Amino acid sequence: MKFVDEFRDGKLAREIAAQIGAIARPDREYRLMEFCGGHTHAIARYGLTGLLPANIRLIHGPGCPVCVLPIGRIDGAIRLALEHQVILACYGDTLRVPASGGMTLFKARAAGADVRMVYSVADALALARDNPAREVVFFAIGFETTTPPTALALKAAKAEQLGNFSVYCNHVLTPPAMRHLLAGGDVQLDGFIGPSHVSTVIGSAPYEAVARDYAKPVVIAGFEPLDVLQSVAMLIEAINAGRSDVGNQFSRAVSREGNARAQAVVADTLVLRERFDWRGLGAVPASALAISPAYAEYDAERRFGLTDTRVPDHKACECGAILRGQKTPEQCKVFAIACTPDTPLGACMVSSEGACAAHYHYGRFTRNPT
Amino acid sequence: MCLAMPVRVTELIPGELARVDIDGVSREVSVALIDAPEVGDYLILHVGYAIGRLDAAEAERTLALMRELAAGGEA
Ligand code: SF4
Repeated sequence: MKFVDEFRDGKLAREIAAQIGAIARPDREYRLMEFCGGHTHAIARYGLTGLLPANIRLIHGPGCPVCVLPIGRIDGAIRLALEHQVILACYGDTLRVPASGGMTLFKARAAGADVRMVYSVADALALARDNPAREVVFFAIGFETTTPPTALALKAAKAEQLGNFSVYCNHVLTPPAMRHLLAGGDVQLDGFIGPSHVSTVIGSAPYEAVARDYAKPVVIAGFEPLDVLQSVAMLIEAINAGRSDVGNQFSRAVSREGNARAQAVVADTLVLRERFDWRGLGAVPASALAISPAYAEYDAERRFGLTDTRVPDHKACECGAILRGQKTPEQCKVFAIACTPDTPLGACMVSSEGACAAHYHYGRFTRNPT
Repeated sequence: MCLAMPVRVTELIPGELARVDIDGVSREVSVALIDAPEVGDYLILHVGYAIGRLDAAEAERTLALMRELAAGGEA
């Protein structure tokens, strides 16, 4: 596939990795966080940690939208489906995320809830048009990449006066989460491998303040293995030179300004929440979006009077420490024992972009004794 | 679910839609988030919506930098 195959050349990957070994100082450690689950997946799939010198540590960040969704919000979705008897349209990854009492949307479906997997929010709109006698709620999750499609759906619903459609909005924002990780001080990081597709939408500018305020370089990186390796090289050079600026390795799709059209539909329909609970990170100020008052009639939280409940994560689950870069999946006592992709106890095991699932699937390439 | 992929526009369809080619498979997607899409454009597709455009010249430039880096140059 064009724009893909040429960025997967194994020989070039090994040569770049060797050069990284030459520029990395042997007398120090480099702790680089890949924020995005897409990178976690690529790093595990292509065994990139194995190519890099041992003193370059890649730390999985919280950028897997399914993994950071708190239990209380999944409980809310389950309530919509079971108690309010709506047709709940959701992205497939959310079906197996464990909620309170071992419940999942999948189990709710077995118990009679009408939960439909959709590929796109456009499919949720179609469900509402086809079922005028039913309430259809779209369970909206994701970072800045899935947000513009949700925003477009709100506009379409309003234009069509689609009275039986609403959105349960759980969209979260990348830069505030990065800021929160660095502000906590309990996560030791030297730089960020920045998200590629999120940055396609928001541009590289929003990271500039984060990089400057916390003196950490950010390199926006493509998702292919060569992209990740080149970005690591760019970060090592920045760190060695004492620079904390924003680099853009994914210049084939990311500009400083981002996609203005996408930003405009989001600004028209959604507003910043004061705070939002993230699984593993706790309450993060100004880190998520809610539906704007102008679209209040399409807000499922208002329509069904959903209140937010705080529910602690599973006792054994170390997702929180893993999302903060303090532990690796192997350090969780139940990893690959009680917790597997078929029986996930924590959210990091559910999605293929989750740190635990990525380690589980590709562990033989990446396991290292840290 | 964050995985997105490059697709090529093969036909523009009224209603801000387009037919795209995904590695040989044809599909209808939304291009409502793209400024002035054209047949032949490469777009990044995510959950049924194109969210950005790919620039072939920049891709070439990046590959050239990678080869330079592999040969011992700057990143
Ligand atoms: S292995 Fe399972 S229980 Fe342990 S941290 Fe990962 S998701 Fe949580």
